[in-house]
Amino acid sequence: MFTMLNIHREVCGYCGACVSVCPEGALELIDAYLSVSDACINCGICARVCPLGALEVTNEERV
Amino acid sequence: MKSEYDVLVVGGGPGGAMAAKAAAEAGLSACIIEKRPAIGTPVRCAEGVGEELLTEFIDPDPRWIAAKIDGARIVAPDGGELNLSPDMAGNEVGYVLDRKIFDRELVWKAAEVGADIFVKARAVDAIVEDGVVRGAVVEYMGSRKEVRARVTIAADGVESKFARWCGIDTAVPMAELETCAQYLMTDIDIDPALTVFYLGNEVAPEGYAWVFPKGERRANVGIGISGKKSGNGHRARDYLDTFVRRHFPEGKIIELIVGGVSVCRPLACTVANGLIVVGDAARLSDPITGGGIYNAMYTGNLAGKVAADCIGNGDVSREALAVYDRTWRESTMGKAIERNYKIKEYFITLDDEKLNTLINSAKKIKMDKFSTMTLVRELIQHNPKMLVELQALKKSLG
Repeated sequence: MFTMLNIHREVCGYCGACVSVCPEGALELIDAYLSVSDACINCGICARVCPLGALEVTNEERV
Repeated sequence: MKSEYDVLVVGGGPGGAMAAKAAAEAGLSACIIEKRPAIGTPVRCAEGVGEELLTEFIDPDPRWIAAKIDGARIVAPDGGELNLSPDMAGNEVGYVLDRKIFDRELVWKAAEVGADIFVKARAVDAIVEDGVVRGAVVEYMGSRKEVRARVTIAADGVESKFARWCGIDTAVPMAELETCAQYLMTDIDIDPALTVFYLGNEVAPEGYAWVFPKGERRANVGIGISGKKSGNGHRARDYLDTFVRRHFPEGKIIELIVGGVSVCRPLACTVANGLIVVGDAARLSDPITGGGIYNAMYTGNLAGKVAADCIGNGDVSREALAVYDRTWRESTMGKAIERNYKIKEYFITLDDEKLNTLINSAKKIKMDKFSTMTLVRELIQHNPKMLVELQALKKSLG
């Protein structure tokens, strides 16, 4: 199992609130979509502040 | 897009537009790069601005004024209403803008004095050489190129990355990021000349809900809550939906607007070698109201002028550019941010009962002209039970 940050693009309002709180600078708002880099530590701060609930830290099966 | 400018501005909002305009007016070559395909959209703003503050930089124009505001009302958690007359409401009297038009107007003004503008042009990295910021790597029309500049101005808003690439930590503490949702609503029963603010831990924990008119029967209806109060099932949009169901169940929603507003202290330092950070990117939105339009315009304009002076003197070091940092901190705006930060720190400690007490006692206070210190003094007189905490607040304000 490993944790990862999932972006629900169909929910995201591409406002950038998450980008501003990311302690690692791992998120970036590129026009109308959000990208996450390898610097992400799955801390979940972005997922908490998102006004719409577009971000989620989940446990995934490693394949 | 040229490969070299005197001043490169990252971001085409009010801060960036004012910066490029000021630089171009001083005879410099200036360029704005905006990552979005259009200036002014998507809107991420409640669009309110104070009258005096706005007219300092631009004459009011009906094309981008959605409503003229004559007064403000604060609604306590128990429903008690505090009405602020135009004299008392200060910055809450003014205009509700149409940012889609307003932002374009500001960028047009920059273009008119010679600034270059490129949309869908995104900074993907900073060029930093020997500890000096020398421009940006820009992605434009499917390719990346270096755009070098003597001074780069980061005006890239709340989701700012540019200053981070230059080594400045711009991360906003979770508790000090107001997470916001807003509907542009139509067909609702409102007073078109009155802004209304709703306080309370059930309405908007560590934030407020607002109704900002945009015409006879339409308004920005929004809500902001502290990031630390946000989570599954109780996000800004959940609070907004609850608020709208209660107050405007018949209204039609014609736009969803979301965003984050920082209510932390500004960046510890807003300059580096070859770099100036302005507006929301510098965390300069007002810690109480969340308003950032004027602060961005003021610091953008100042940044453009300081860049011109420093380039003229052949010194764009952090020490030379520091006059920008000092000037805004000592300005009325800078002092207001510091004062409002302290007031905000106090306000977020208040439960609904205390909010009710303070708002309802404020009704009895007569002030010819609004003054924070007078208000706090009067509140102390009216609320002996809250003497200790109010005196601590007063002391912190100096």
